[in-house]
This record gives sequence, structure tokens and C-alpha cells, in this order.
Amino acid sequence: MPARRKTLGIAYLGVVMSRTGFLAAVALSLGVAAPAFAQEKLKVGFIYVGPVGDFGWSYQHDEGRKAIEKAFPGRVETTFIESVPEADSERSIEQLARTGHKLIFTTSFGYMEPTLKVAKKYPNVMFEHATGFKRDKNVATYSAKFHEGRFIIGKIAGKMTKTNTLGYVGAMPIPEVIAGINAFYLGAKSVNPNVKIKIAWANAWFDPGKEGDAAKALLDQGADIITQHTDSPAPLQQASARGKLAFGQASDMTRFAPNHILTSIIDDWAPYYVERTRAVLEGKWQSQDVFDGLAKGKVKMGPYVNMPEDVKQLAEETEAGLKSGKIDAFMCPIVAQDGKTVECKGGDRLTDAQVVGMNFYVQGIEGTIPK
Amino acid sequence: MEMLPFILATVFTAATPLLIAALGEHVTERAGVLNLGVEGMMIVGAATGFAAAVLTDSSVLGILAGALAGMALSAVFALMVLVFATNQVATGLALTIMGLGLAGLIGQGFVGQPRAAIPPVKIPLLSEIPVLGKAIFTGDFVFFLSLALIGFVAWGLNRSRFGLLLRAVGESHGSAHALGLPVKRIRLVAILFGGLLAGLAGAYLSLIYTRFWSPGMSAGRGWIALALVVFAAGHVWRLVLGAYLFGGITVAQLHAQAGAIGLPSQFLSALPYLMTIAALLFLSISGRKGAGAAGSLGQPFVPER
Repeated sequence: MPARRKTLGIAYLGVVMSRTGFLAAVALSLGVAAPAFAQEKLKVGFIYVGPVGDFGWSYQHDEGRKAIEKAFPGRVETTFIESVPEADSERSIEQLARTGHKLIFTTSFGYMEPTLKVAKKYPNVMFEHATGFKRDKNVATYSAKFHEGRFIIGKIAGKMTKTNTLGYVGAMPIPEVIAGINAFYLGAKSVNPNVKIKIAWANAWFDPGKEGDAAKALLDQGADIITQHTDSPAPLQQASARGKLAFGQASDMTRFAPNHILTSIIDDWAPYYVERTRAVLEGKWQSQDVFDGLAKGKVKMGPYVNMPEDVKQLAEETEAGLKSGKIDAFMCPIVAQDGKTVECKGGDRLTDAQVVGMNFYVQGIEGTIPK
Repeated sequence: MEMLPFILATVFTAATPLLIAALGEHVTERAGVLNLGVEGMMIVGAATGFAAAVLTDSSVLGILAGALAGMALSAVFALMVLVFATNQVATGLALTIMGLGLAGLIGQGFVGQPRAAIPPVKIPLLSEIPVLGKAIFTGDFVFFLSLALIGFVAWGLNRSRFGLLLRAVGESHGSAHALGLPVKRIRLVAILFGGLLAGLAGAYLSLIYTRFWSPGMSAGRGWIALALVVFAAGHVWRLVLGAYLFGGITVAQLHAQAGAIGLPSQFLSALPYLMTIAALLFLSISGRKGAGAAGSLGQPFVPER
């Protein structure tokens, strides 16, 4: 199991916090029903894979939660459970369903099966699962085209590298991460044919020590630019400590390495969360699948800094191209690692479904995907 | 070869928090007390250490504060198990849960604040030795402190009078009590020492290993430290070996991946635990059942009147 260390350490400690404070949190964690309100508020629950203070993935989801509170003052009540291990998430999700939450966001890929299982038991509760691909009548899925951002930072990295070696810290070998690696590599390759990519898996979404060690290993092996698909600023910080360049992930991480950050890929869930909450309040919620990115603002880019003007311009042009849909990270033909060309179903680029289910490296990437 | 000093340095940084926390727990367990709260004391040390470092703008003071915070938490544990003779396993687990919550509270205002690195200490001449010199004699001061702690614990337990008494209390608290030894007072010292080191290990995490505070950042390292104590089976040298081996494996597997060598990384991540189980099995099969653990480990001490 990838999350083995976490399951041992903090499995039982998904700390429950709520807006109404610590006491309410204790009551909730003990399974005590909250007192009924005179005017019933819509209760919205969130499950986070890391702590809200990771300053990355979970932090951004929590910003979305706060946006809901702001958008519907007095009409909604939100709760979150943080640091919930994927392998042991079912009871945390069920806890929210049991305590009267009508809309529940489960915000990590590994929550897919537990979410579907709990959803079957609570047909009147609406679930939203991030980055998954299985839906039900009361389970919608949503994701963001993070790979668009990775295509841009790939181009920047390809231009900026001196050793022609890029380091990539991965969390788990799931399609979302693999698509990110491919997009990054294709971006880099498009501007620098000699570029090589080295990948190290931390086997955890959030373990700052290990993420940092992975970055150090990549730097030791000659990488001079680090990017990451894990949740803490540790890889960026380690690169900076060695005077090497890196990117921020999920939120704007400039403050952790102001002189060595190139840009950040920022997730912005707030508009989506507000929209879905409104749908429930108006009784219009339906199961759906949403997959959008730069164009809809769900993925944003941080400021382009610490790079020469021409690279910045290239990045901005790429961003504009992706936004307008003129270009794509996966323009056909795409050749897989084994030399076979990936079938293009009609269009000039891979379909969303192909990206969401991506389980192969593109040609040029060395190594195999861990099973 | 050029890479080697860097790799070794990474191994040492990865192993140091494990080693420090395990040394502390080793002493506690020698005195016959099982404190499963290492993870909790570590994370409180990390939070407090970081908070203190930001407030005083001194990483050294932060590390000191972190160590003291770990010790304060272990004092709570000592009160429970020594005065009220509670179940040590349950109390230790409670301590971990409490520590993780408490750390979140302490560190609340400090999430996402970056901190500058502590400049490494370079020992003149010795650091000029090729490969090893660069890796060993250029480090942070806590790394050197951990080396001194190894010597201190090994000497203290085996050569000093207090260490002898401490081990006697651990082997059989009944006999030690009959001989007139202050069982509880000796255990108190052992528990506080364990807490101090766990807190120090935590502060190392948030101030040196990855220089920021974030809840849950210990990520199970306290449990690995506990596994190390089991793996060591009573010997400090095995503890040291184990810590560097565990640290080494973590770093080696990352290098193997970066070098596109196809090793299953999930398996390597689980390896420390598998090694601990193997060590336990070996001890059991070779007929030395219970070897390595202190005789009255985990039993509450209630003197007869």
C-alpha cells in the first residue's frame, strides 16, 4: 500500500474541525448528532487527504470550502475532515453522511471506491469526487486539466535547463500524475530535443521529508530543475537550497523560494464549489463529469519569474494557446514508450477520456511506471 | 563518485531524526516503560520548535524549545503511568493522538511560513577528507549532537552507575524496589529523557530537515523510531545501524527510481517494517524469546505496602 506509513501513523487521527469550533468538532468526532437548527442550513462536508496546512492540494480545496461559506452566508454550514488516509476513508465519508451533510466533496483519487460505496447507502446525499472516473446517480466527478499547466512549465524547464536533465517528484502512479509527467516531458521536448527526465516516486501525497529526499536524489543525479506532483513545498525548498530552479504546485509557493521559483500551477476550486452548492440549494443538482482547466480558470498560472524575457513570452503564448484551445498538451500523433502510436479518436488531439485514463509514458521517458 | 558525499549527507539527514527519537525511546524502554507516544511528542516538538524559532528568530532556541516541549508531553505520560499506574500501551497511544491535535493547535499561526536554513558546521581538516569527510564532517549541529548522544547513551547505560540502576529497574521493578531503589524516580528520568529526545527529533524535522511547519509532517517517523528500538533488541550499536540502514534504504530507493532502475518502490517503502518483523522472528526462532526487551517492560509498577 502506498500510504502505508500514514496508515500506521495518523490513520485514526483524521482531525475533525468545523467552522463552529473545536467543541463542535469533538462532538462530531464522537458521532453526537448536531442540534437541529430552527431554519435548516445545508450542511456541506469535505474530506481532505492531507492537512489543510499543506499549502498545496488540500489547502486549495479548503479555500474552495471557505468560498462557499462566503457565498451563502447563513444558509450553509461546512465541515471538513483532514489527513484522511485513502485506504481508510470509508468511515470518515460515512460519518459526514450520517451527520446530516447533504453535499460531500471527497478530494483525492483514492477516495473513489469508498465514495461510491457510501453513496449507495445514502441515496439522498449528493457526492462529488475529485479526479475520479466512476459516477453514480448521486456521485458526480470533477477534475481539472492540471496537465495544461504542466505543459507550460515543461516548456519553461526545457528552455531553462543547463544539464538537459529535469527532475520530477511523483506521488502515486495514477493516471492524473502520469498524464502530468507526459505533458511536462512533451512540453520540454518541444523546445529542447536533448532533454531528459528523471522521475522519483515518494509514494505519498504528503510527506515533506520524503518529498525533499526525492528532490535531493534527483538533484544528485544531475537534474537542475525540479518539478513535483506532491503536496508540500519541500521539493521546491530543497532545489532552492542547492541554488537550483523549481516550480510551485497547487498553490502559489513563491514565499518558499522567491529567488528560485519559476512559476506555480494553481488549482482554483472555489467557483466550482460555489456553483455546485448553489445547484443543491436550488434543487437542481445532477450527477455529471466536469473536466476543465485554464480556459475556465480552474487551473491558473502563478507569475512567471526568475526567467529571461523570451522564456516568459513563450510561457505566456503557450498559456494563451491552451486557453483558446488552439493548442493542446497532447496533440496527435502521440507515440507511447513502446513505440506504438496512440490512436487518435477522430480529433487532432487525445480525448479527455484518454487523458483521464492515461497509463503509459510517452516515447523518450526512461523507466517503467511502478505497478 | 562525485555524487557520493551528497548521497551520504542525504542519508544522514534522513536518519538523524529517527536515530535521536529511537535513542530516547531506547532509554525509556530499558527502564521498563513502553511509551508509544513518540510520534505525538515528535510532532509537538516540531510545532513548538518551529513556532519558537519564528518568534525568537533563532533556530537554535527553536530546537531547544522543541526538545523541552517533547519533554513536557512526556511528563504528562509519566504522571499517568507512574502516579496513576495506567496501562502504558493505551496511555502512549493517547499521547500520540493528543500530540497530533496539540501540534496542530500550536502551529496554527505558523503554517506556511518559510525559514532560512541553519548554516552547516564544517569541521576543519577532517572535512577535507575525500568523500567521507565531506559527508560526515560537514553537517548541521544537531547531526553532530546525535553522534555525541550515541556515545552518551551507550556509555550511560553500560558503564555508569545510574545506567546500571536504570536497567535493574527495567529488568525487574519488584526486585529493584525490594533493594530499596527509587523505581519511580528512575523511570521518571528515563521517560523525560525519551521525551526530550523525541522533541529534539521533531524540531529537527521542522527546522532542519524540511524548513517549514505543517500538521502531520512527522508522517509516521515516530513509529519507525519505535520499530527501530524493537529491531535493536537492546543494543545501541544495532540501533545506530538500523537507523542508518532505514535512512539509507529510503534514499537508495529514490536514487534507484531516478536512475530508472526498476525496483518496486512500494516494497522498499515497507522494508523498514518488514526488517523489524524479520528481526523479531529471528529472535524468537533462535530461542531468545523476549530477548532484548527489558524484563518488566510495559508492566505498571504498584509497590506493595
